[in-house]
Amino acid sequence: MNKRSYWRFTALVGVFAVYLLLNEPGTAEAMHIMEGFLPVGWAVFWWAAFLPFFFLGVRRLTRMTRDNPELKLLLGLSGAFTFVLSALKMPSVTGSSSHPTGTGLGAVMLGPLPMSVTGSIVLLFQALLLAHGGVTTLGANAFSMAVAGPFAGYAVYKLIMKLGEREKLAVFFAAAVADLMTYVVTSVQLAVAFPSADGGVLASMVKFSGIFAVTQIPLAVSEGLLTVLLWNWLKAYSPQELSLLKRGAKGGNTL
Amino acid sequence: MKNKWKNLLMLLAVVLLVVLPLLFVNGEFGGADDAAEGAITEIDPAYKPWFKPLAELPGETESMLFALQAAIGAGVIGYTLGLLKGRQGRQKLNDQKN
Repeated sequence: MNKRSYWRFTALVGVFAVYLLLNEPGTAEAMHIMEGFLPVGWAVFWWAAFLPFFFLGVRRLTRMTRDNPELKLLLGLSGAFTFVLSALKMPSVTGSSSHPTGTGLGAVMLGPLPMSVTGSIVLLFQALLLAHGGVTTLGANAFSMAVAGPFAGYAVYKLIMKLGEREKLAVFFAAAVADLMTYVVTSVQLAVAFPSADGGVLASMVKFSGIFAVTQIPLAVSEGLLTVLLWNWLKAYSPQELSLLKRGAKGGNTL
Repeated sequence: MKNKWKNLLMLLAVVLLVVLPLLFVNGEFGGADDAAEGAITEIDPAYKPWFKPLAELPGETESMLFALQAAIGAGVIGYTLGLLKGRQGRQKLNDQKN
């Protein structure tokens, strides 16, 4: 180990030591909209909005894995990425914690529809075992995290690629926007269900965005960076799979 | 090498994004969702959640499950990356032989 990398290592250890000292174990926190915290009508509405995407996602997945079994590996990878990231509750500038979603990577690699399946499986795990989120609110939470986020991220990726073929930039923004959009939609969902007595939906929207979306901004940046890291790795070691996706992009990984 | 530095810098940025709020922001760092719960009761004090979580696990068990969630995910990612790297290594070896 040379001197420079020695110092880098020491600095890293120091940073983590500070982090762990300061990071008091917090109280349990829920994820997205808590169980029972959406009126029945809205809970049903968001379930109904989410289910079509889920079924389309299942169809897309079966077709994809039948035509290109090699893609199962990347599918597993993107699902695992969402699984890890949604377990990381990171502190943010607003003084509260939230977690990234990890749905941008899968949306860019495989298209947004498969994420509606993997994302909702992650949410189900957290709703059933961790009492984070809930079964009644799963429709709403899945719509924001597994549908709205991936679609927004995918759109941003396509747009940036069309504008200038800057792939890393596109991946970064796709992941960040997918992350942020999830919480913007969550704010909208809560705002329409709980309009403020003075100021109505808009006032509520401001309030809930202040809680969710602002907290999420630095986390969205983190997620963008982490996604690019993984993307670089994939580019270095799995050119075949990624080129398969590129070819598939002409009809395979699109909607 | 250049890419390696860029990757390191990105990792450092992620660490800083997590550490800096802890150092400079005076907050409880509870969940954003609990804050939302507070906001809901503020807007509509009469609202009562109409459904309870099916299981409320003790905090310790919960953090165990969170660790498990991260571990399973990290395991799958590690497996995939290792598989891809190994596959490429083998391919290079074959190319050299031929």
